[in-house]
Amino acid sequence: MKLTHAIGAVAALALMGAAPPARAGATMDAVKAKGFVQCGVNLGLYGFSAPDDKGNWTGLDVDVCRAIAAALFADANKVKYTPLSAQQRLPALQAGEVDLLARNTTWTLTRDTANGLDFTTPNYFDGQGFMVARKIGVKSVKELNGATVCVLPGTTTEQNLADYFRAAKMTYKPVVIEKNEELNSAFFSGRCDALTSDASQLAGVRAGQAANPDDYVILPELISKEPLTPAVRQGDSQWTDLVRWSQYVMVYAEEKGVTSKTVTVAQKSPDPDLQRLLGVTVGNGKALGIDEKWAFNIIMQVGNYGESFERNVGKESRLKLDRGLNALYTNGGLMYAMPPR
Amino acid sequence: MTTAAAWAKKNLFGSPANTVLTLLGLALLWQVVPPFVGWALIHASWGAGTPESCRQAGGACWTLLAERHRLMLFGLYPYEQHWRPFLAMLLFVALLAISSQRRCWRPWLGALWAAAVVLIGVLMWGGVLGLATVETAQWGGLPLTLVIAVLAIVIAFPMSIVLALGRRSQLPAIKAVSVGYIELVRGLPLVSVLFMASVMFPLFLPEGITIDKALRALVGMTLFTAAYLAEAVRGGLQAIPKGQFEAADALGLGYWQTMRLIILPQALRLVIPPIVNQFITCFKDTSLVTIVGLYDLLAATKASLNDPAWRPFFVEGYLAAALVYFCFCFFMSRYSQWLERELAKGSR
Amino acid sequence: MRVTGLWGSARFRGVLYQALVIGGVVALGSWLLRNTLTNLEIRGIATGFGFLGREAGFDISESLIAFTPADTYSRALVVGLLNTLLVSALGIVLATVLGTVVGVVRLSGNWLLGRLATLYVESIRNVPLLLQLFVWYGLVTALPGARQALNPLPGVFLSNRGLVIPALDWSHGWPLLDSPHLAGFNFTGGLTLSPEFAALLAGLTFYTAAFIAEIVRAGILSVPKGQVEAALSLGLSRGQILRLVVLPQALRVIVPPLTSQYLNICKNSPLAIAIGYPDLVAVSNTAINQTGQAVEGVALVMGVFLCISLGLSALMNWYNKRVALVTK
Repeated sequence: MKLTHAIGAVAALALMGAAPPARAGATMDAVKAKGFVQCGVNLGLYGFSAPDDKGNWTGLDVDVCRAIAAALFADANKVKYTPLSAQQRLPALQAGEVDLLARNTTWTLTRDTANGLDFTTPNYFDGQGFMVARKIGVKSVKELNGATVCVLPGTTTEQNLADYFRAAKMTYKPVVIEKNEELNSAFFSGRCDALTSDASQLAGVRAGQAANPDDYVILPELISKEPLTPAVRQGDSQWTDLVRWSQYVMVYAEEKGVTSKTVTVAQKSPDPDLQRLLGVTVGNGKALGIDEKWAFNIIMQVGNYGESFERNVGKESRLKLDRGLNALYTNGGLMYAMPPR
Repeated sequence: MTTAAAWAKKNLFGSPANTVLTLLGLALLWQVVPPFVGWALIHASWGAGTPESCRQAGGACWTLLAERHRLMLFGLYPYEQHWRPFLAMLLFVALLAISSQRRCWRPWLGALWAAAVVLIGVLMWGGVLGLATVETAQWGGLPLTLVIAVLAIVIAFPMSIVLALGRRSQLPAIKAVSVGYIELVRGLPLVSVLFMASVMFPLFLPEGITIDKALRALVGMTLFTAAYLAEAVRGGLQAIPKGQFEAADALGLGYWQTMRLIILPQALRLVIPPIVNQFITCFKDTSLVTIVGLYDLLAATKASLNDPAWRPFFVEGYLAAALVYFCFCFFMSRYSQWLERELAKGSR
Repeated sequence: MRVTGLWGSARFRGVLYQALVIGGVVALGSWLLRNTLTNLEIRGIATGFGFLGREAGFDISESLIAFTPADTYSRALVVGLLNTLLVSALGIVLATVLGTVVGVVRLSGNWLLGRLATLYVESIRNVPLLLQLFVWYGLVTALPGARQALNPLPGVFLSNRGLVIPALDWSHGWPLLDSPHLAGFNFTGGLTLSPEFAALLAGLTFYTAAFIAEIVRAGILSVPKGQVEAALSLGLSRGQILRLVVLPQALRVIVPPLTSQYLNICKNSPLAIAIGYPDLVAVSNTAINQTGQAVEGVALVMGVFLCISLGLSALMNWYNKRVALVTK
């Protein structure tokens, strides 16, 4: 009796757990068939991807997932989130557990080649920084010789840290813990002199997890380039194109001054660029294999890049990050959308 | 009075060495107990409140439990639906309580288990009877711990019988395969097995098939537990006197008949206490699934301490979680000891 | 008729069963292998152990041998392995000592201490080790910072950077006392016991000692009372009785379960990854994450742990045989 019921339970579990095939080369068909985008996100990083009190995910990375859902299903909420640790993220994408990895992942040569990933386009240009307690009085990374540094293992951050101190002929002691929360609480308890990570992430940790955010400072130097970029599995260019162009469309809308509030009006604009963008002039949707209203839906439901930025990490959020490198190229930043035509 | 004095003289101050030990023990108690009572009871902050009210009270912050116990017990399970894992938990406890009674060891117990597990599944998953679907990714806390521990043991049990019979088999190839599996798994840390289950299973399966995180952890726990359980069952098989096998042979019974009718009924009765012990180990080991990203009781407790305001009161949170683990494990281990004596009585 | 005759032959059935099992195992193995290879190829993941010779590019906080980020992955893994062996070996020694003391105390006849020992054993055994590690780590990191370090003895400092004690410096050919002192962020000189190492060692020791205490107690109880009485009547002293009569017989009962506790210490040491001690599993996880080669990394770790398990089992079996011989 026990045996048969056990087998039944396993079979039932397997059935419930088995997702429809997400074969490389046919990701879009699979996603369309199951009716939602399975999106790999951070376990909880305020401003990029974190669940709020009601369990709704919000953040800059989450907005990429939502944009894809809006483009495909005309409904930005058709996303299921898989929270992933730094360790789990690449295998999860490789294994097809997620259709898209929007989890503050740095675009590097190794990941792009040997790890079987393709990157779309950066949604946040970041650099690695250091956070220290205000009371130790350190003003520059150069003063950190001999310091104990908390760092997440297996990240580009860990390698940059080693490279930087090696080049500067300084020494340090790493404390590496796999879980973000554990690592952060080790830093806040004083186990480490400095916490290093992407500068945006440090701001998120300070705003979300410090007992008193004013007790901590983020040092001015950035020691690396961290282009945080959504990733997909290698070799499915149709899917890569969809994600990449969905991101471009958000930037392009900002370049064109179209927001979620003005997009309905913009449809009537005589500007041929806008007409092409919003599907008044057809063609873009067909080329991507989706509905012509895709870009309209993205802007309507998610907003343009500037709106997403300010809402999640900028002025309207607790992080208060400057646009900096993430301003439009016209304002001295690096955000430059390829022309959607 | 004199009996008490005599007792104390015998048990506490029997010899100079004994007296020294007693005084040492008393000194230790004096060092530990009054500060602990002061912290845990006298200066503690009880009932609803804020981290600030705890800091003012200066002692233990039981307010943490009042404020955050639902996150600790149920993890990320949707808040309005918490009654479902709560009921599931009660069902589990009732099921374990019923199964512990020897007079309930009847064929209907199996049917009861099947029915209860289906009911628990329906409660947790939903999707029928108007219950909202809750995916395993959102399961958490004590119910998840119970689900993984109980299912791992229940599924591992038949596997372990096959493995144990295989290890005792006369056929060299079958013996080699069983020994190979058992020793391989017993040589590995559970962390590695879970890590393999979480990272490598997707690679082992045909392209395109994925299984969810909770199921992967369950498979890992089951494969791991089966190897240890097989050794317990083998112990039971070895305890059966040779005469039993010979008698069965003389009756003309085949291998399977001998096992099914003569050997297993006796052997399995002997191994119930070790199985309970293995269940205790399994229950404690489920705390490791936090490493592969599931929100079991321990991980949910940690999550409830993630708020910077509550973080200083981690000892209270961990103490509460430890108490829950302790209650389950302690009663089960006492039960296993009692059962061992009971069963020994019967065979005499 | 002939078929029935063949089926009736136990020999034939034995061969058939074995062929089925072997066939099943081979089929399962090749199916898994084929799936894995196909999946790796489709996903464009590199394979092979070539990465072991590449530069690791990350630092490791504590190491028994010299290590810099410029060293290779294989050296990083050796560092991790040595750390695993170090914490396991120390854990085994300390847990054996503590477990024996507690086990003997439970039998000492002193009511108060016996109760305290029981309290210790029951409360530690019934709580998951991982939870205990979190508590230890939380307690250690709650110590004051390096600049406010506790200084219980001259040259000994206790802070959330660990325990620092004076050490002997042999680099000049003769011993010099190397006293730790605060320089910049941290202590220099002396020997440092890191908080991660201390928490892991404490957790493993206290947890395993509770089990060892029970084993020791059962072992001593297994020696019949008559043996002790007989020894007493021969005029042997208490020490002699313990050494010559009780221990040799108790060890026969103690050694096999003790072996599995020692193995448990080794197998529990990877819980280090939860609190950041760089053991073999932690280092290999980092390597896996950087190279993306999970299959090779997990296979390496499993291979190493199997070797440790088999080696330790062999050692304890050899010891067990010696103990068994003595009693004959």
